[in-house]
Amino acid sequence: MKYMLLINAGSVTEDGAAEGCDVQDWVNYDKAVQDAGIYVSGESLADLVTATTVRVAADGTRTVVDGPFAETREVLGGFYVIDVPDLDAALEWAARCPGALGGGSVVVRPVADFGA
Amino acid sequence: MASPSAASAGGAVEAVFREEHGRLLATLVRGFGDLDLAEEATSAALEAALVHWPVQGVPARPGAWLLATARRKAVDRLRRDQTYAAKLALMQVDTVTEMPEGPEFPDDRLQLFFTCAHPALPEDARGALTLRCLAGLTTPEVARAYLVPPATMAKRIVRAKKKIREARIPFRVPGGDELPERLPGVLQVLYSIFTEGYVASSGPSLQRTDLAAEAIRLVRILRALLPSEREVTGLLALMLLIHARRDARTAPDGSLVLLEDQDRARWDAPMITEGLTLVRLALTGGPAGPYAVQAAIAALHDEAASVSTTDWPQVVALYDVLLSLTPSPVVALNRAAAVAMRDGPAAGLVVLDALSGEERLQDYAPFHVARGDVLERLGRLPEAATAYAKALDLAGTDPERQHLRQRLNRTSAQRQP
Repeated sequence: MKYMLLINAGSVTEDGAAEGCDVQDWVNYDKAVQDAGIYVSGESLADLVTATTVRVAADGTRTVVDGPFAETREVLGGFYVIDVPDLDAALEWAARCPGALGGGSVVVRPVADFGA
Repeated sequence: MASPSAASAGGAVEAVFREEHGRLLATLVRGFGDLDLAEEATSAALEAALVHWPVQGVPARPGAWLLATARRKAVDRLRRDQTYAAKLALMQVDTVTEMPEGPEFPDDRLQLFFTCAHPALPEDARGALTLRCLAGLTTPEVARAYLVPPATMAKRIVRAKKKIREARIPFRVPGGDELPERLPGVLQVLYSIFTEGYVASSGPSLQRTDLAAEAIRLVRILRALLPSEREVTGLLALMLLIHARRDARTAPDGSLVLLEDQDRARWDAPMITEGLTLVRLALTGGPAGPYAVQAAIAALHDEAASVSTTDWPQVVALYDVLLSLTPSPVVALNRAAAVAMRDGPAAGLVVLDALSGEERLQDYAPFHVARGDVLERLGRLPEAATAYAKALDLAGTDPERQHLRQRLNRTSAQRQP
């Protein structure tokens, strides 16, 4: 079963890295996910100031705006999709993720299965 | 053979069903990997029993009969419902070979305890699911127990089951290294069922003995499944040592009787004896857990002939231990009340006032009751009345309010000319 781990950074340092863990922690985690054979996909996202929002109104008018800016303390910083047997296994991988440290959090969501 | 009357067979079905429901459901969940299918098959088996047992008599092994029937119903259902079957096949659940045969089947309830108390489920659904799946209560019964409308409870249970199914919360017993992390969650659910039964958090009735008895029954089952876990034993001891006082705790008019005023002859002596045996077990063989320590405190009360002869120094010492295990303002409050008994009201007031900065205690009626009590004993009646008035505002049940009104009248009457 596939789960998406949505990694919300807690306090972010000047250079955009999450506090409480360093690059090596992420490299190690990524390697562990790959080695366990559960990796489906994953990306880390560029800084939030680079984000752009698009909306299309009922009449087809397109609106493009800068942002969103972080209104809450937590900002989506990246994600993994992993394939594991059950929620307990997914929670275990979420707990090992460096993004869960330092005031950050990892939201675990099952990927919807439409019986394809 | 004389055919038993429909009524007595109906009673037998109910008694057997309450006893077997959890085991049956757990075994079916293990076999089919699907809680809804297992529940459906379980109720279908009961309905079949209600039809057949009055005519054919209650079978020699009612549990095995129910399981065989339930298994057949589940397989029928899967044959009828192709998409359901396909979905289960996708989940790679072996529906038939895993199902036990024969009169004795293994007890799979432990995994169901852990699933129902899973931390990924909403807190208010965990107790409800446990009561439904393991105690065999119906949804309306669970709703009554928690004083919510049946529709609300049904929604809560459906939502929790949807999460179990769709997020795939597993039916499994956590491994040895996970167990210390997960078992307290299960115990917490069972204790919350007990306390919910013991003091209704709101409403007219102070005690709902049935729910407390259900909680005790569930902890007995859990203890049989995890005999070496001392905190399970400690929790059972704690519940028995508190529940033993149930008859003395309320007056005939339903009002609250405090520990100091209770007729201790009305305490349940056999239950206390069992609780004392269990608390000794829970305290032996390593550092005591929080339930064992709370049980030891309850034991000191149960063993004393009166409040004045209670071993208060020992009670305070145990609260010190409890505070180090589970630091919380409520534990600190209970410790302060014990200090007031050991060293007198003046010393108690100093400890209580040191806690007045705790935000959680400011909205907690027992804190103001405890302050009122020591102030009253010190003869500082206007201040005591103020504290009781504050507690009255915060009290949840009618008997508690009635009791506080008496205290308030007693202390404010002195001020009247």
